[in-house]
Amino acid sequence: MMNLLAQFDLNQVLSLASEETATRGIGSWAGWIPLFPLIAAIACGVLAYRPSGAKTKRAGVICIAGLGFAFVVSVILALNIGHGQGHVTLFEWIRTDHLKADFAFFLDPLTSIMLIVVTGIGTLVAVYASEYMWGDRGYARFFAFVSLFIVAMTCLVLADNLILMYLGWEGVGLCSYLLIGFYYEKPAAVAAAKKAFIVNRIGDLGFALGIMLTYLQFGSVEFAVIFKQIEAWQASGTEISIAIQTIPFLLMLGAFGKSAQLPLYVWLPDAMEGPTPVSALIHAATMVTAGVYLIARMLPLFLLSPYALPTVAWVGCITALFSATIGMAQYDIKRIFAYSTVSQLGYMFMGLGVLSSVGGTFHLFTHAFFKAALFLGSGAVMHGFAGQLDLRKLSGLWHVPGWQIVTASMFVACLALAGFPLTAGFFSKDMILAQAFVTPGPGFEWLGWIGLITAGMTAYYTFRVFFRVFMGPVSFKPGDDHHGVHDDHHFHPHAPGPAINFVLIVLGLGAIFAGWLGVGGESHGWFGGMVHASSANYEAAHEAAHETGFFSNPHQWMMLASSIIGIVGIGIAAYLHLLNRPAAERWRQAILPVARLAEHKWCVDEGYDLLIRRPLRAVGHICYSLGDTLIINGLVALAGWIPRLIGAAVRPLQNGRLQGYGLGMAGGAAMLLIIVWWML
Amino acid sequence: MTAPLSMLALNHYLLVSGVLFVIGLIGFLTRRNLIIMFLCTELMFQAAAIAMIAFGAYYGNAQGQVFLIFILTIAAAEAALALALVVALYRRRSTLDAESWSELQG
Repeated sequence: MMNLLAQFDLNQVLSLASEETATRGIGSWAGWIPLFPLIAAIACGVLAYRPSGAKTKRAGVICIAGLGFAFVVSVILALNIGHGQGHVTLFEWIRTDHLKADFAFFLDPLTSIMLIVVTGIGTLVAVYASEYMWGDRGYARFFAFVSLFIVAMTCLVLADNLILMYLGWEGVGLCSYLLIGFYYEKPAAVAAAKKAFIVNRIGDLGFALGIMLTYLQFGSVEFAVIFKQIEAWQASGTEISIAIQTIPFLLMLGAFGKSAQLPLYVWLPDAMEGPTPVSALIHAATMVTAGVYLIARMLPLFLLSPYALPTVAWVGCITALFSATIGMAQYDIKRIFAYSTVSQLGYMFMGLGVLSSVGGTFHLFTHAFFKAALFLGSGAVMHGFAGQLDLRKLSGLWHVPGWQIVTASMFVACLALAGFPLTAGFFSKDMILAQAFVTPGPGFEWLGWIGLITAGMTAYYTFRVFFRVFMGPVSFKPGDDHHGVHDDHHFHPHAPGPAINFVLIVLGLGAIFAGWLGVGGESHGWFGGMVHASSANYEAAHEAAHETGFFSNPHQWMMLASSIIGIVGIGIAAYLHLLNRPAAERWRQAILPVARLAEHKWCVDEGYDLLIRRPLRAVGHICYSLGDTLIINGLVALAGWIPRLIGAAVRPLQNGRLQGYGLGMAGGAAMLLIIVWWML
Repeated sequence: MTAPLSMLALNHYLLVSGVLFVIGLIGFLTRRNLIIMFLCTELMFQAAAIAMIAFGAYYGNAQGQVFLIFILTIAAAEAALALALVVALYRRRSTLDAESWSELQG
């Protein structure tokens, strides 16, 4: 697996540094991938700073072109890389006697898959936003941030060492902050941006500590060196120290923060305050999957600890279930999909945790398509209905002229999210759930059952949105952004234009066909082959032990089971939200306390407020009143008072009377004389 | 250049100088009239000049006498300046009493 990188000796690399920067095998031109978006980011940034012309179509065109070129290069890379690996050094970055972290790229099939997702969805979102964001004052600023995000994200994905990855990691965090707070005049958006940034900081602390510990234990932060070391340990059967087993847990914390898992998921639903294309790109398809990518990339390291991956699996599973329950009770369409994203990310972690690295990354891949489609579709609704996102106030959009493409793509994407047979989400979810029943681990069968129940809940809440908003009798109320006549009869929804429709069609097709890349299962499909050729390679235990009978092999009956559960979920949603809508309200009344609690997100935000924020504020107040006001301000005041006191003591001497001064002078001179006399 | 001063003669000169200085000092400290006070400082000035010229003569050094010329010149200039100041102060307050300027305090 590592034969290409096996010659990766540190001294050799140092001595051959200049040679290495020259062309070297596969993907030596991968440096273009972050470069095109970087140029676009700078150009859009310049446009945004022009006093008059911040609003210009050019910004959108530049961004689309930059991201599109990056996508083309990524596709060429994916076609060229096959199952091989490559390495390209752009320039020397950090080099001390012991630490070497170059601006260098580590290319393997996992990298190229991630790049296709990031740049592909990025390009589509840019096309969508060129229409969606038109009419916004920050048009050029928006595209500058999006391009910058793609730069950071591609650096994260391409990095050949943990420090460059951390740079990208913080870069995407920054862009996420900037874009959530894009409407900086809106207090809720500013608060959400700060929340996202601060919650991510908790996770990033873990990641940073993990990098430091990796460096201390391995003497390097480069993936190639780390993996080689791990391989050597495995070959020699060396016992793994506790310090090394701690690393995965620290990295995990970073992954949980960035990918919005329990207990750090609270920022993601609030992040929906940003513009919808951002929600689709950053908070559904790409940035939030960085944690999944981190674990997939560092899988050999995670395998060193017997507890690391089971922890990942359980956290992912509980997050999936927990956020699905919240998603079922929300009314804001974007929030529902936000909780759905948290839930699906939970599936991805579960997939990695039960040693189905193919399933985890494949779900990442398919999820990017259908979740982007769902967000962009709800964005189109929000755009057309003056910011209306409440599913109780929208109905029957299918019958409104101009909304058929949105409805159709939403339908396909909902099917994929619900895991309807032969759609993208179906294949990837099955891979994960089936593996949960196969891999031996602490309570892994339970993971499978919880995952199946969650799949049913997913189908329910997804189609709850679909049946409420797009089906049924036509009725709608415009949202708060409708500044015209406040008479609803005069409101005309503004149907999406060609750019939005085009993007929705492409993503809708992706939501169906992306899954076919993985047909053939863990080891035989195209996707499986790609992942197995990367550092996330793990020949899962599924080949062992299980005889090929239908019910004894979950890989066979899971497809059937999850199809049935998904269809049942869709059926319940159809009954409650399409055929018999009053029944839904009756059901809600029947379980009112639970429903209320779920609507309030199980009061997690309030709990954090009570348990963390308020004690912190209290400590802050104590520190402020004691430390700041009393000690620091007191010392400063004291420093001011001492000269004043001395002044007050000697001031009477300066009485303004000439004779007094004269006496002082004479006395002084006499004293001097006496001293001189006495000394002589 | 006459013969050097004897120790006894020097002591007499120094005594005159000291007496003159103390008179000036006491005058400066006790009187309020700006002109008198100024004259007293001149008195102390000349006491120092006498002491200096006496020592110059005692050591047979002509430079003492040369310096006296300088001191007298500077004293004349300084007297002109100080009297001008006194006139300026008098114009402000119509009095020569030093007490009238006592509000110049820290």
